[in-house]
This record gives sequence, structure tokens and C-alpha cells, in this order.
Amino acid sequence: MELFNNLVFGFSVALTWQNLWFCFIGCFLGTLIGVLPGIGPLATIAMLLPITFNVPPVAALIMLAGIYYGAQYGGSTTAILVNLPGETSAVVTCLDGYQMARQGRAGPALAIAALGSFFAGTVCTLIIALFGPPLAEVALKFGAPEYFSLMLMGLVAAAVLAGDNITKALAMVVMGLLLGIIGTDVNSGMARYSFGIPELTDGIGFIVIAVGVFAIGEIVLNLGDPEERAVFTNKVTGLMPTKKDLKDSFWPIVRGTGIGAFLGVLPGTGPAIASFSSYMVEKKLAKDPSRFGKGAIEGVAGPESANNADAQCKFIPTLTLGIPASAVMALMLGALTIQGIAPGPQVMTQKPDLFWGLVASMWIGNAMLVILNLPLIGLWVMLLKVPYRLLFPAIMAFSCIGIYSVNNSPFELYLTALFGIIGLAWAKLDMPPAPMLLGFVLGPLMEENLRRALLISRGDPTVFFTRPISLGFMIATVLILVIMVLPAVKARRAEITDAPPT
Amino acid sequence: MKFDWRNNRDFFGGLMYIVTGAIAIWIARDYPFGSALRMGPGYFPTVLAGMMICFGVAIMAMGFSNKEKIKGNWSIRALIVLPIATAVFGWMMEEAGFIPALLVLIPFSAAAGREFKWIEIGLLTLGLTILCTGMFIYGLGLPYPLIKGMWGY
Repeated sequence: MELFNNLVFGFSVALTWQNLWFCFIGCFLGTLIGVLPGIGPLATIAMLLPITFNVPPVAALIMLAGIYYGAQYGGSTTAILVNLPGETSAVVTCLDGYQMARQGRAGPALAIAALGSFFAGTVCTLIIALFGPPLAEVALKFGAPEYFSLMLMGLVAAAVLAGDNITKALAMVVMGLLLGIIGTDVNSGMARYSFGIPELTDGIGFIVIAVGVFAIGEIVLNLGDPEERAVFTNKVTGLMPTKKDLKDSFWPIVRGTGIGAFLGVLPGTGPAIASFSSYMVEKKLAKDPSRFGKGAIEGVAGPESANNADAQCKFIPTLTLGIPASAVMALMLGALTIQGIAPGPQVMTQKPDLFWGLVASMWIGNAMLVILNLPLIGLWVMLLKVPYRLLFPAIMAFSCIGIYSVNNSPFELYLTALFGIIGLAWAKLDMPPAPMLLGFVLGPLMEENLRRALLISRGDPTVFFTRPISLGFMIATVLILVIMVLPAVKARRAEITDAPPT
Repeated sequence: MKFDWRNNRDFFGGLMYIVTGAIAIWIARDYPFGSALRMGPGYFPTVLAGMMICFGVAIMAMGFSNKEKIKGNWSIRALIVLPIATAVFGWMMEEAGFIPALLVLIPFSAAAGREFKWIEIGLLTLGLTILCTGMFIYGLGLPYPLIKGMWGY
């Protein structure tokens, strides 16, 4: 019954006019950037992060979350209509969704994608509500050794699962950890790596790195290799799926939700991996696998549910443990920190309105997206015709204003410019920047917990292996590394990550 | 195929790590190292920097065997123009105010692209400046002077 009371409380928070409005803005913006290729949720959230400072915490998080799951919806729309994945997670949707559109069945494809996502969203809202509180309860008992092991596991898992080259991803994690050290050491008060620049004694702003690498670096990259855009020719007629469509899609949606929810809790797996896995499963289970790639509705229903489930379940470790499971979640934690809320298991007890309001808003947001998306498809498709040369100056303007507004300091912009250049160099050298961002966020926390753990144990490093929970995390870390280096898994991963990049 | 370090992707990737790690260790020499029991401010960075160098060597070795080249164009123009535009915006915000800073930033950034149509960029600049002023200054109430030296600022 407590669950019920909590959800009612959550809805009472989420249903205030202000929060509904921010939920709407988030979903709208999310769909918008989901539709547009070349700008993803990561860059958008990084760009809007500073602005959320002027908004109450609950509303800010509701909006940012809306951008994130809204982007999954938007990405599928363009995948189905113009064979152009707006987001990486929609690459699979292109395979069968676009074929359906070519057969004149774009309407049912879009409707099934929306319904599947909505179903996944509903289930995941319940999962978060059910498992969030007990997880946070356990996490409250964690000491420094447990936190250190947990973060180590999170970083290793993120590095191993995210990029296609484990060595490079791990190296980028270390790069992030090192960047996180810049600033004043909390224990000794000593300024480290500040190069005598007073602004650097506060450390590098999280937003500076995020915008520099993900927004500006990406623009430079896009301008270097311009992509040709397909011209839209299809017409959407009749949205309603037939009874047979619904029957065919039901189990794929349920399975996709399960796969997405499971993978979502693991750190490092993006929605793309969830949708690929779901597609593989559906193809294996199908009576006639040859239909796949020729407009099978299961190939739309499963992956679309899976990527939405993944996107939402990513919030579980973020909100209950304070450990971000992906780069976007690291930004969410950044938003909390900007608001002066320390992320961690105590958020749920100290700020119940934030936790439950956000959970409830996700369900409302998903409902909004169904309503928002289906009638407005014409508008989204028109947006695709906006050329990139008009888009990127706007991205630049919003990013720059956002960064300046954090500290009202021009220095932050100089630093952002520098990270724009570094970001491009990383991209060209094939260094994945997402693990770096996770390392950067967790760096100071890891050092702090490492020091504390060794202080408690009087310098004995076995402390990480003698406490059962910590030992569990350590074993899991080693297992993740070992499994991923096995040749069979390596080949399978290559299959998944070798999909057309966007 | 002969090994050519000048265009080898992972050679430079590895080099970047080794150099970064080495500089980090060199700077951290001045920080008290401490012991495992009482870690000084130099402990964690030195360990990390050491790991960086190891990764750098491993990645460089990868470069020697896979001989991957750096892909795509470098878009030197965007690489120079966009960071400068960002920095100039910061400076203009201090010296000239919100509107002049945007009026410089938007066409400046647009110049990083391949096509530059005067009328189009002019309209875009005007539209975006009005939109940003409305949204950030009046909508969100950010406390920046629109133009420095006017209206008593």
C-alpha cells in the first residue's frame, strides 16, 4: 500500500501546472532533437543544464528527463518515415519500419512504435517505484569501501559495454578521472593541476566539458563530414493498426520491455544495445525470420519498446545509488548538483517530492508523447528540411549563453573553446568521450572514498575484498572484464556495434 | 603496407596519453605523496597518471599492428572559427553586453560552415537574437545588460 501512497504523492507533485508545463517542454524538445539527426539528447541536455539553475529542482529534472525519453520517440519517427535514424537507438527501427512505410503502412508502424514505447514506459515507471526504495535502503548502509567498489564496477562496465575498443574506453575513463582531480583537494586544501589560474582552483565545470566536447566538438565534426539527407516523399495515411498488427506486436512489446529494463539497469549499455538485442531475439523467435527486413511489424514493436524501457530504467541506479549508468545520467546528476542536492541514496528520503514527482512525470510524459507525436508527425517531418547550416549557429548561441550563465565568467567560455578542440581530436583519434564524462563525474568521489576506506582499514587494501558487498562488486567487475575479452562475446559485440553509425 | 606514423590514428592516440600522463606525473611531484594509510594529494593523481602511460603504450602498440588511418576531413575552418567565436562571445559579454555578443557570435559561427549566404545569415542572426533576448533575459530573467553603457548600466 505504501507503493500506492507514494505514487499518489508523486502524481500530486507532477500534476501541478508548473511541472506539467516543464514536462511538456521536455517531451517537445526531446521529440524535436530526436527527429533532427546530428543533435542528440546528450548535447541538448548539456546545453540546457545551466539554464535549469533558474528553475526549481523538481521541474528541472522533469524537463531534462522528458528530453531524454522524448528523443527515443522522435528518433523512431524519422527512422520509419525517411529511413534516417534520428538517434542511434533507432537504427534498428529503420530496417523494418521504413519497409512498412514503403508498403504504405507508415501509420501502423508509427502507432505501434508509440504504443510499444508507452507500454514500456508504464512498466518501467512501476519498476522504478517498486525497486527504487529497497535499493536505496540497501545503499544507505554502504560504507566507503562499498562505494569505491561500486563505482569501480560502474566505470569498468560503462567502458566495456559502451565503446567497441575496451582499451581505449578504459583509457578515457582514466582521462576523465584525471580531469576530475583538477581543483582544490578537499583533504589538504591544496590546489592541484590549476596551473596558477585562480579560476581552475574550483575545478573544471562539468558543463564546460560536456558542451565543449559534445556540442562544439560535434558541430566541428559534422561540418567536416557533411551527410547527405534523404528527401521525404512518403505520405502517411491511416494511423490505426489492424487487429492482426496488435496481436503480432503484443509479445514482442512485452519481451522488448523486459530486455530493455534488464539492460537499462546495467551501466554503460545505451538504448541502442537494447534495441539491437530485442531485434535479434524477435528474429530468432519468429516462425518465418525471412520476413524481417521486409516490413515485419515485430521488428518495430520489440526494439522500440526496448529502447524506451532502457532509457527509463537507467534512472534506477542514478536516483537510488547516485551512480550514473550513462553519460546522459551523469548530466542528470550534474543537474542535481547544480541545484545543491548531493546525489545518492539519501535523495529519496530527503527529497521525496523530487524522486516520486520525477517517477510520476515519466508516466505522464509518456502519455503526452503518444498524444504529441501521432497528430504532429507532419510538423516533425517538415523540420527535417531545416538545413544544418541554420541549425548549428543556434546550437552555438544557446550553448554559449548557457555556459556564461553558470558563473557569469568569460573564463568558462575560453575553457569550453579549448575542450571543443580537444573533443574533435578525441573523435578523430577514435577515443570515446562518453566514458570520460563518467570518469570525470565520479573521479572526486572515488578518490574520497578510496582515501576513507583505506583510513578505516589502516592502510590495508584487502578491505575491498573482505566486506561481502564490496567483494561482490569486485567479483562482478572482474567477471565483466573477463567475459568481454572472451572471443565469442567479442565477435558478437562486433556484430552489434558495427551497425551503420549515425 | 609500410608503417607510416604520420597518419597513424592509434600512434597519435597513444602518444597523447603518454604525454598527458607524463606531464601529470611531473606536476604531481610537488604534491605530498603520503602513504596508503594517509594518502597525500599526490597519491591518486600519480597512480592515475601511471595508468595513463600504460594505456598509452598499449594503444600505440595497437597502432603499430592495425595501421588504422585517421578518417574524414579535419575541417580546419570550423576548428579555428568555432572556438574563437566561443571565446569572443565570453569576452563580449563582459565588455559589450548580451545583444552585441550574440550579434557577433551567430554570424561568426555561421561562417564556419561551407555556405555563407548574407541575407539568410542576417535574418538568422536577427531572429535568434530576438528569440534569445526574449527567452533568457525576459523569460528566465538572467541579469545581463542588453548593451553595456546604455540605460545606466
